[in-house]
Amino acid sequence: MELVNKEILDKQNQNGDKKSKLKIEVKNLNFYYGSTLALEQISMNIPTNQVTALIGPSGCGKSTFLRTLNRMNDLIDDVRVEGEIKIDGQDIYKSGIDVVELRKKVGMIFQKSNPFPKSIYENVAFGLRIGGMGKKSKSQIDEIVEQSLKQAALWDEVKDRLDESALGLSGGQQQRLCIARALAIKPEILLMDEPASALDPISTAKIEELIHELRKQYTIVIVTHNLQQAARVSNYTAFFYLGRLIEFDKTSKIFTNPSNKQTEDYITGRFG
Amino acid sequence: MKNKRYSSGDIFIWFTGMGLAISLIMISGLLLLIVLNGKNYFWAADLKEIKLTDGKLVLGEVIKEELIPNFNLPDSLKNKGLKRIQLKIGNRDLYGFDFQWIDERRILSVNYPLDAVSIERFEFGNFYGFIKELIIKETVYKSSSPNFYATLNENLNLVSNLRERIKKIEKSEIGKINYNIEKLRLEIKKIEYHQKNKSIAEKKIADIKKEIEKENLNYERLKRSVDSLREKASMYSIYCEDINGRPKSIALMDVVKYYRPNQMSYSDKLTYMFSKIFEFIFDEPRESNTEGGVFPAIFGTVMMVLIMSLFTVPLGVLAALYLREYAKQGTLVRLVRIAVNNLAGVPSIVFGVFGLGFFIYFVGGTIDQIFYPERLPTPTWGTGGILWASLTLSLLTMPVVIVATEEALTQIPRGMREAALALGATKWQVTSRIIIPAAMPGILTGLILAMARAAGEVAPLMITGVVKLAPTLPFDSYFPFIHLDRKFMHLGFHIYDVGFQSPNIEAALPMVFTTTLLLILIVVLLNITAMIIRARLRKKYKTSAF
Repeated sequence: MELVNKEILDKQNQNGDKKSKLKIEVKNLNFYYGSTLALEQISMNIPTNQVTALIGPSGCGKSTFLRTLNRMNDLIDDVRVEGEIKIDGQDIYKSGIDVVELRKKVGMIFQKSNPFPKSIYENVAFGLRIGGMGKKSKSQIDEIVEQSLKQAALWDEVKDRLDESALGLSGGQQQRLCIARALAIKPEILLMDEPASALDPISTAKIEELIHELRKQYTIVIVTHNLQQAARVSNYTAFFYLGRLIEFDKTSKIFTNPSNKQTEDYITGRFG
Repeated sequence: MKNKRYSSGDIFIWFTGMGLAISLIMISGLLLLIVLNGKNYFWAADLKEIKLTDGKLVLGEVIKEELIPNFNLPDSLKNKGLKRIQLKIGNRDLYGFDFQWIDERRILSVNYPLDAVSIERFEFGNFYGFIKELIIKETVYKSSSPNFYATLNENLNLVSNLRERIKKIEKSEIGKINYNIEKLRLEIKKIEYHQKNKSIAEKKIADIKKEIEKENLNYERLKRSVDSLREKASMYSIYCEDINGRPKSIALMDVVKYYRPNQMSYSDKLTYMFSKIFEFIFDEPRESNTEGGVFPAIFGTVMMVLIMSLFTVPLGVLAALYLREYAKQGTLVRLVRIAVNNLAGVPSIVFGVFGLGFFIYFVGGTIDQIFYPERLPTPTWGTGGILWASLTLSLLTMPVVIVATEEALTQIPRGMREAALALGATKWQVTSRIIIPAAMPGILTGLILAMARAAGEVAPLMITGVVKLAPTLPFDSYFPFIHLDRKFMHLGFHIYDVGFQSPNIEAALPMVFTTTLLLILIVVLLNITAMIIRARLRKKYKTSAF
């Protein structure tokens, strides 16, 4: 196992885009739920301003991995993390790390859209109001809300009803609202946990388009069950299986010429 | 076939329907019973004159009519449908009792004399009979003279104005003097208690005593004016006779109102009913609570429930938040939860005893010793009062609020918390900005249940501050306006008191039922208010969408 990872890392260093810096460095990550080992010896480097897709069959640990990146797993009782994860060179599991600051830097979009039971405006402004970026005046907040909604390609649809409840929006709109909400606090990394799995094809296409746009400014890590989606939106793809990272490479490479048999079996639909 | 019917569950659907039907019948039956029994209190019933076989006459309102049970009858008359009627004959001061049962067989004839009058008095209940003369000083107006009743009304108004003036002087002006004197007296006690230097103390006390003297002079002056008003009012009286011609003269000061029901049209009676309802809600009780209104009790009930809510909601919500959001879920938390649920089932009198021991004797007693030592041994806070009663009730209802709030908290989807945390919110921000607003409808449900329980509770109040008759409301124009140490009246206790403790239970029965109805109405009103707020919040947050 150690060998495989080393191989991947080496290859990444050789083949990987030399210009792009590394945003997230994961080294020998083990993750336990109680005594169950859910992630085993994960090592991977996620480059800046690229989209990295995490694929694999259900229960393979890709969502768990994603949630270790902003320490969302802290909310669950009885979990343990070994190894290190560095974001911009800083170990996020070191004691003394401010989780709140970390999460402001690493935004997250969930599988099920989860707008707050507030108005559309207040949803987007939530991160700012809780002191995400210091005290802001009303006009500054207005501006950021508009800008975030525009970034999430939702502005035109909701600009006339910002004061209405966010729960009145359609599923796709709600998900884009969640993206706008995450963007409003100006994160550097966006984690997306199957953001389109509950949406219809048209909404899905909109979200994917959005990811295309966003990757210019953000480092995006996306978990998806939809292999075509992974192929369409990502620059890099990581294949997880039974808690281990099997292969990590450029997306074009993974989908055309995977170096691992298991990866090939999975993407050709022979299992999973 | 049999088996199929069983497995399809049809039978159980019938059972569920039956269960609902029985509940509805019980509730509507209860309300109907209360309304039917209470309506006599407001309705101006006709006065029936009955000539008995022995030649005597009786006059009164028919209260009840029922079949004579067979075992009271000789064999020949069994199952003939013989009836007896209960008549309210009033005139307690003449006869010594208000009610009489009359057997149908004793009735010779029935008549409704047009001039029969029902006089509501401040003492001795109603008088039924005929007004013969109005006497003002030496002048006598005969009732047979034209315009007699117009003159009577005019003078009745005049006297009732006098009465109002007397009441105003006694209550507000003399009340103010008493309040001042009491304050000065306590001042003296305080000086005696605290001031070590004897000569200074004596000088100050002498000053205060002079002021008391001044107030006393004021009092004498007011007392004289009250006396003169009384004297003036006492010159007006009416001379009446009962149905058998027994004379009775009644001072107009003692008359609340009079009416001649046999002359009243249906609309007159409706008007009378509304004025009576108005009186019932907004007036003070008379005749040891069996007549008049129940305003102080309404006020006390509502104020107590509001104070109770003020304590129980914040504390209950905080406790639930800790249990659900912050405490580490485990055996201990489970035990606490079981204990809280059991607390909801503890008999209310137990809470009352706790309130008496803890709030009144311990907390109240301590406050008295620290802040009002000069007044001891007369307790200020160390005795029953509306604050202690409310606090006792808030303990009693806290489990309801905790359980309802916890229920609401578990309903909030995990995703919402995670979303907020992922945006860099601290746990406290998530709780205060997302969870509490979203749980608000559930919290209000808890409040509704708590208010309904608190408004109906009597047992714990009886030992923590409720009284039969409170001379003053816990709210008035003297600083600090809200007097939480005062004893208060309560509708639930009022029902108990009027129904079981009054000397003339038969006469008080309608009052019992109307007060019960009022108590139900107030609980419903409080609940509807909370429900409207809850519906607004639900609409705003649309939590049902999750």
